[in-house]
Amino acid sequence: MKEYSAFSLLRHAASHNRNWRRAWRSPEPRRRYDVIIVGGGGHGLATAYYLAKEHGVRNIAVLEKDWIGGGNTGRNTTIVRSNYLCPESSLLYEKSLKLWEGLSQDLNYNVMFSQRGVYNLGHSLQDMRDIERRVSANRLNGIDAEVVTVAQIKKAIPLINTSPTARYPILGASLQRRAGVARHDAVAWGFARAADARGVDIIEQCRVTGVNRDGGKVTGVETTRGTIHSDKIGIVVAGNASVLAAMAGMRLPIQSHPLQAFVSEPLKRVLDTVVMSGAVHGYISQSDKGDLVIGAGIDAYTGYGQRGSFQTIEHTMAAIIQLFPTFSRVRMLRMWGGIVDICPDACPIIGKTSVDGLYFNCGWGTGGFKATPGSGWTFAHTIAKDEPHELNAPFSLERFISGALIDEHGAAAVAH
Amino acid sequence: MFLIQCPWCGERAETEFSYGGEAGIVRPLEPDALSDAEWADYLFNRTNLRGAYKELWNHAQGCRRWFGVERDTVTYKIEGSYELPSGRAGKGA
Repeated sequence: MKEYSAFSLLRHAASHNRNWRRAWRSPEPRRRYDVIIVGGGGHGLATAYYLAKEHGVRNIAVLEKDWIGGGNTGRNTTIVRSNYLCPESSLLYEKSLKLWEGLSQDLNYNVMFSQRGVYNLGHSLQDMRDIERRVSANRLNGIDAEVVTVAQIKKAIPLINTSPTARYPILGASLQRRAGVARHDAVAWGFARAADARGVDIIEQCRVTGVNRDGGKVTGVETTRGTIHSDKIGIVVAGNASVLAAMAGMRLPIQSHPLQAFVSEPLKRVLDTVVMSGAVHGYISQSDKGDLVIGAGIDAYTGYGQRGSFQTIEHTMAAIIQLFPTFSRVRMLRMWGGIVDICPDACPIIGKTSVDGLYFNCGWGTGGFKATPGSGWTFAHTIAKDEPHELNAPFSLERFISGALIDEHGAAAVAH
Repeated sequence: MFLIQCPWCGERAETEFSYGGEAGIVRPLEPDALSDAEWADYLFNRTNLRGAYKELWNHAQGCRRWFGVERDTVTYKIEGSYELPSGRAGKGA
């Protein structure tokens, strides 16, 4: 892999940028791999990268049905934070946040991780109690968090509506200063390039159509580009998790829903942090390009269509205008829908299954982007060692049988 | 937004309805006789089909009755609505 650097930028500029090499190869699939990762989103690519880097696995394929970064990895609002309530989830997301902090250097690819802080607003006395509790829990788990007053919020975010007569007045917020945003496409491309450099075959336009089993163990996958053999298969396909599970003869506690997001026309800098509100249910930041990046809740019905309903768009905009009345005159540029895999406890499943050699990483629901490096790191460990790391052990599929759910619903700083 | 045919009120906007998830899930008659895995399967696991899906909807802002809908979860096209068999709510058609 040719290192990217300021020098390489200058050198390529001198040759009018005509000689850049492809960031990753486009190999033909081999007949057999040591590990197959199904799903070339951020999580799948990160899994392949950490399998190669941390565990020395050399013979890995990532199978992607479309193109790299075309699914949820490129369809989210790019927020990265770790201020979850439950110890299990906060430690998992914190591991991820720590990886984010060194990710651009690690991948030699600028993922534009910007720790501009995330405010989670409180609009009622109960909200503020929950915020106090969550901030205290975060600090006990070694995660930076603080409670901020309305005056502090207004000073940091001048455009926000802090009027006490607002329909949902702002009473305070939690603030995680190490949280922020990253460039989602760069995350996919950076992991793809770094994994490819370590010998991972990234095979695009290769849809998995069947999971082959020999009794209680996997033997490979059927794809649109032929049969590929492997004794270890990791499935990381977000909204399509149930579809892949059905191919392997399994059922999952997952329901797939559309989640929509939006960007506005580009504006001059008006918002240099991230604002989230569970009560009015919306979240907003401004990208480096200047467009407002906006998201809210899922559409209520099961859907795989990568689009949602108009009333959800209306609800989202109403929430944002409640917080920032000035933005009522901003025109929206694009909107899109991703398919999110919702678990009953709003926590992911990262672990082994009842089938030998078959591993699932799914159920990230509405908050998977922030977990991209940590998800890949723990999943790689799980596949390489055939047992979960202590960070993802609580996130087993077994928890739905044992009853040891991790109840993040309504506790994770924003409604899901 | 799509239009949903309520068996009692006719075609109305989606915003009048609330979603009840997969249809045809029957509560086991003898939960005590089930293993933990079987109970978990009833409680948490869902078919979550990609394609034609039978699901429950409630006309929350209308007649407030539950009924079944067959809808494609990719195209969102609704094939039809049906009344649930009387006295067997949740059983589906």
